[in-house]
Amino acid sequence: MNLQEYTASAHNFEECMKCTVCTAYCPVVPVNPRYPGPKQAGPDGERLRLKDPYFFNQALKYCLNCKRCEVVCPSGVKVADIIQAARIKYDHSQPKLRDRMLASTDFMGRLARPFAPIVNGMTGLGATKVLLDATFAIDKHRSFPKYSGRSFEGWLGRRSREQAKFEKQVAYFHGCYVNYNNPQLGKDFVKVMNALGIGVQLLEKEKCCGVALIANGMSGKARKNAEHNVAAIKKAVDAGLNVLLTSSTCTLTMREEYPELLKVDNSGVRDSILLATRYIYQLLESGKATLKFKEGYRARIAYHTPCHLEKLGWGLFSCELLKLIPGVEFTMLDSNCCGISGTYGFKKENYEASQAIGKPLFDQIKSVNPDFVACDCETCKWQLEMSTGYTVKHPISILAEAIED
Amino acid sequence: MKFDTVIIGGGLAGLTAGICLQEAGQKVAIVSAGQNAMYFFSGNFESVGPARERIAALFAAAGVRTNAADGLQLMPMGSFRPASLTLEDVTVYPEEHIAEKALIVNFTGFHDFYGTFIAEALEKAGTACRIRFVRLAEMEHLRTSPSEMRSVNIARLMDEHWEKVVADIRVLHKDEDLIILPQVFGLKDASVLDKIRTALPARVSFVGTMPPSVPGIRTQMLLRHRFELLGGMFLMGDTVTSGALHEGVVSSITTRNLDTARLFADHFILASGGYFSKGLATSPTKVYEPLFGLDIDYPENRSDWYREDFFQDQPYMDFGVKTDDRLHPLKDGEPVKNLFAIGSVLGNTRKEEYGTAAGLAIRSAFAAVDIIKGGNL
Repeated sequence: MNLQEYTASAHNFEECMKCTVCTAYCPVVPVNPRYPGPKQAGPDGERLRLKDPYFFNQALKYCLNCKRCEVVCPSGVKVADIIQAARIKYDHSQPKLRDRMLASTDFMGRLARPFAPIVNGMTGLGATKVLLDATFAIDKHRSFPKYSGRSFEGWLGRRSREQAKFEKQVAYFHGCYVNYNNPQLGKDFVKVMNALGIGVQLLEKEKCCGVALIANGMSGKARKNAEHNVAAIKKAVDAGLNVLLTSSTCTLTMREEYPELLKVDNSGVRDSILLATRYIYQLLESGKATLKFKEGYRARIAYHTPCHLEKLGWGLFSCELLKLIPGVEFTMLDSNCCGISGTYGFKKENYEASQAIGKPLFDQIKSVNPDFVACDCETCKWQLEMSTGYTVKHPISILAEAIED
Repeated sequence: MKFDTVIIGGGLAGLTAGICLQEAGQKVAIVSAGQNAMYFFSGNFESVGPARERIAALFAAAGVRTNAADGLQLMPMGSFRPASLTLEDVTVYPEEHIAEKALIVNFTGFHDFYGTFIAEALEKAGTACRIRFVRLAEMEHLRTSPSEMRSVNIARLMDEHWEKVVADIRVLHKDEDLIILPQVFGLKDASVLDKIRTALPARVSFVGTMPPSVPGIRTQMLLRHRFELLGGMFLMGDTVTSGALHEGVVSSITTRNLDTARLFADHFILASGGYFSKGLATSPTKVYEPLFGLDIDYPENRSDWYREDFFQDQPYMDFGVKTDDRLHPLKDGEPVKNLFAIGSVLGNTRKEEYGTAAGLAIRSAFAAVDIIKGGNL
């Protein structure tokens, strides 16, 4: 008889043996004295909270949910899940207007898109930054991501007929970032997939994956989005399609956070939700498709593994894919959180911590001095570009520029 | 995905093998299920035997400085252990009378360092001891949650504030010829150790704390960095879930994170550790190797697995994966030709050739690497 089958908790906190390795790897502990640390906030605190919710501590909000504690835990304790689940269960305070704005990435995108040049101009102004800082506590050092005047969804929608001509098809969950801020990444993805002989479809309708909603205490809204997305993905999967993503965080959220934190069952579709670099690498490896690279392409690339990709354990696909490009000189950067963690670093109260967390990484990038940095995460990109001055490109965009047109 | 060698386990044995094979031009992946026994490392490479220079060179290339000297290491409970190669953190003494007078300094509220045990033991060997405590304003926030007053958290502050501690110790110091401090310095960069040694008016000895081990964490980070710099792929926080073993050959393995994307390789190295790391497992009736079900020699009768006196040498520590003389583990009596077992998963089955603990990890890794490089399996 396996006794543990009957005694294990949802996120197996009782497996914790207090070794403190999670605390050693937590990026927040060294920079924010108010954060109790993953061991205390997670498994240690959980046994107290189970006795009496009185022991819930608001300081749990300082957790980045970067999952580094889970990656290093030798006992398989889901430390970050314990912390985030506790926030969902016990924190009934209403999120501030600022947090609602930051969390509503799709709503803000829809709102800003028609006025993109004006909005971009406004948010770029020093005066606006000071105003945002003063009224909403969005740190003035941050540059707001630029909004694009035309959505990716519209762009691909106009090309649905030509995409349908390909014999093989995949569905693409583009996410808010590609749709509103960086449609070029989506276009690069379509270019690469088409070069592989595969057409790209939109899901029937996708909603924000919900990661920022979870982080900002809006789990109810996140759960609704999750239910919607799982249903939309199921339609694609039932039609025999894989659902590919370019965002490592959306991938982790839809595969892991939906069942673990939001209690939304994704078991029928989870295995079909794949990071684009994984799908492409495996396709090339199988020999079923090839890519023709430009002659004379040269790039010295330093790769940063986003925390959520490290948790997924799929960084090797992005790395190996880049190494396949002739003329690429590849350097792996040390495992280190960049500090932005989605909306976290945009908040005034977190700005200094955010920059201190990323400093070893910024320093390493400067000393490696690559032509550019590669990374699968949109918010890491903002953070690294702002903090180092180096351009950060998505591996899919690098592929798109290295293959023949 | 295809590699030349896939290593199961990212501890001292796995990293050593990975670095050596990458240096030899192989394409290597290491699958590491969370952190490992390096977090309990005393800084003493026990039983290095004839491999001392080779180990020192490997670590030096990774930026880990070592100290090659035969003598004794002062342990956290005041006992002494023989040493011939240690991390630079550790001071090695020729005899147990290590000083005339020693000042033992601890941080107020730090319960993972036992000055009184050390003092009791040293006084037996004729060293007069005085214990004093320091406290820094920068450390006060650690007190809000007593379980956070741990070696790593202090070490992170010390990287920045070591000079303040040195100033406090200079005030406390009288005429002692030795100052003993807990190993809570140099989490990222060991150069702070020399700075402290230079800044204090007596010899300095850093003595181990309860886990996690600060020198162990630093060493692990530097070895991993070296492995990745050489082009190795380190799969952190992943677990090997199955291995395809047919007719004495392993063709591929699967991992939890990579699920259907199998890892193929010409050679596989099993460096999955002992009981603690789950490289070896037990049930009430058997001792087994959970991944491949490799052969293990152990008495049938459970009462022969252990001795009732906890402090005696325990027979279960000798159990480990059985191998042929080229470290190929046996499965149903037959060697698995492209698999090697190294480190603690061997238990004490190969004590005579490769020693124990850190020595076993590194020396058995060297042996496997040499066979792979020699191309003669």
